[in-house]
Amino acid sequence: MRTSTGARVGQYAALLAYLVFLAFPFLWLLSTAFKPPTELASLHPTWIPQDPTLANFRQAFDEQPLLRAALNSLLAALASAVVAVVVATPTAYVMARHRTALARAATGWVVVSQAFPFVLLIIPLFLVLKNLRLIDSVPGLVLVYVVWALPFALWMLTGYVRAVPAELEEAAAVDGAGRLRTLVSVTVPLLAPGIVATALFAFVTAWNEFFFALVLLKTPEKQTLPVVLTHFIGAEGVADLGPLAAAAFLATLPSLVVFAIIQRRITGGVLAGAVKS
Amino acid sequence: MRTRILVTALAVALLLAGCSSGGTRDDGRITLRFQSLAWQEESVEANKELVEEWNAAHPDIRVEYVQGSWDSVHDQLLTSFEGGEAPDIIHDASDDLADFAYGGYLADLTELLPGRLKSDIPPRGWETVTFDDGVYGVPFLQEPRVLIANATWLKESGVRVPTPEAPWSWDEFRRVTKRLGGDGRYGVAWPLKEPVSATLNLSLSAGGRLFHRGDDGKVTVRFEEGDEVVPRTVHEQVNTDRSASPTTLGSGGSDTLPGFFAGKYAMVPLGFSYRQQIVQQAPEGFDWQVLPAPAGAGGLTQGVSPQTLSVAEDCPHKEEAVAFLDFLLRPENMVRLALGDWMLPTGSRALADPALRTAEHGWATGTALAAHLRPAPAQTVRGYPEWKDKVATPALQEYYSGAIGLDELRERLEEDGNLVLARYQR
Repeated sequence: MRTSTGARVGQYAALLAYLVFLAFPFLWLLSTAFKPPTELASLHPTWIPQDPTLANFRQAFDEQPLLRAALNSLLAALASAVVAVVVATPTAYVMARHRTALARAATGWVVVSQAFPFVLLIIPLFLVLKNLRLIDSVPGLVLVYVVWALPFALWMLTGYVRAVPAELEEAAAVDGAGRLRTLVSVTVPLLAPGIVATALFAFVTAWNEFFFALVLLKTPEKQTLPVVLTHFIGAEGVADLGPLAAAAFLATLPSLVVFAIIQRRITGGVLAGAVKS
Repeated sequence: MRTRILVTALAVALLLAGCSSGGTRDDGRITLRFQSLAWQEESVEANKELVEEWNAAHPDIRVEYVQGSWDSVHDQLLTSFEGGEAPDIIHDASDDLADFAYGGYLADLTELLPGRLKSDIPPRGWETVTFDDGVYGVPFLQEPRVLIANATWLKESGVRVPTPEAPWSWDEFRRVTKRLGGDGRYGVAWPLKEPVSATLNLSLSAGGRLFHRGDDGKVTVRFEEGDEVVPRTVHEQVNTDRSASPTTLGSGGSDTLPGFFAGKYAMVPLGFSYRQQIVQQAPEGFDWQVLPAPAGAGGLTQGVSPQTLSVAEDCPHKEEAVAFLDFLLRPENMVRLALGDWMLPTGSRALADPALRTAEHGWATGTALAAHLRPAPAQTVRGYPEWKDKVATPALQEYYSGAIGLDELRERLEEDGNLVLARYQR
């Protein structure tokens, strides 16, 4: 079916509007990061800084330990992504392939757990971690992030597992592969886009997370980037806007880079042509 | 398969547990954690320097500087208190202390505070941190609300410029803003994103009280003559005189600065510490000055919620913690903290320091107002946060925008408000 030229133009216009909508906050952040204080308080702000400066970046690095905080965030986010994938992949497989009462209950739990606001969890979680002596440690934070990301990761991966045709596993079984071999050699490679998407979700969730990190980490040297960013905000929400924008701009870069590197894997049609329909 | 997952998860948990730091170090000497909310460059620097000086002079009582954030301090402290992991020395504001003091999380400092500190801070300062006869913090920095004015505009208009000795009355202020406004420009821009505290604190100047405590100890809301002055002035400026910008009513203080610098508003009522932003952001050659807020039947009186330093009830070394507070709040150190935060110290000796009496950046105007500052009217009233959020904020916002009149404002503040307060005072 051919799309008319008018409809095509409309589609592109809508796409462009959507892109502008998505990109606006980031571009504004970028613009703010390079503006001197006088331009930040201008009644008619411009997109392109009239007198661009790196002073905000300098001040941000001088005032706060951004590099150390970024390293802490990176460590927590990478560890969370790896552990979440390692735990979620086999669990999702079982939930998708074995329709038992337990699997159904687990799916229900996954959905219900999404409804809990984290403020309800934080105090009991804090006490549990305290007993495990995991307060004020990045590993403790990673544990929380994994637990926090798992329900959604499971839900997402279960969908991916269901999309892998069972016939492929049956074919492997006919060829003599055991359950483990089938899982490792057939299913997991086909799940790659799902695993990557799950890892990305866990990474970004942990990278951006603020409140757990604020409450659980006491030692300044262990604080993560979102916590350190709030140090640019004062009483009644007054912010040191320039350095905050500079630091926030740098904080968004890792997520963007990770997305850019692996986005093709998510959208790639790994399963294309696997089964004749 | 499930067993394998469980074993994996357990192994990961044990591995993580093995990597943990193991909590606070205490190798023979005392270590106190001081959570500071200082955020401006000079202020953080002053705090850190003072901690370093303390540590150099007291090798057996080491203070560890922990950076906190105003943005989330209440939730963070509440969780830490519940989990028994709160910092030993806590920086906060007096209007945030009631829950923690009544909850038993903060140490009563009545017997621990040295006489020097007790006598240096006036009784009205101590009132802000006193709950049920206990003293749960040391108030150390505070800021009055002042009028930041475009000096050139004021000079050209020929209006009388007020001083702390001869301030404007609320009526005169209204007349002045009417005279200054016109042609798309406004005499004043009220940033009233948080209208309740601004209104209540300024209303003390007109003799407003709003909260009345009966003989039975119960508090009721009565919106009387003195309480009407400030809201009515703002309402009339916005809706009748058109001398106040209607668009800034929902703005925060910082949001009004671009219009102020661009010559759209002649004056902006702001906290004293906003001067730091003005110094940093004002265009070159922009001439501004600090004026006292208008006075009424109550003179220049204003309500404030000072910044405070408290000691956690769980702190095992309370005397040492108070000794650190005593050091941090020595007059010369209080001056350094005040300069760093662009605020006023609560201590009488620090207030007398020449560095805070200079005319530059309006310091002298601010220090002249210090004697008129009183505890914010509502901070010890049980149920105030709910009254503020559910009743007073929407009612005042609607009144200021012209959606409702004074009678309806009164009715909502009193009738709806007293229903809320009654639930907390059964």
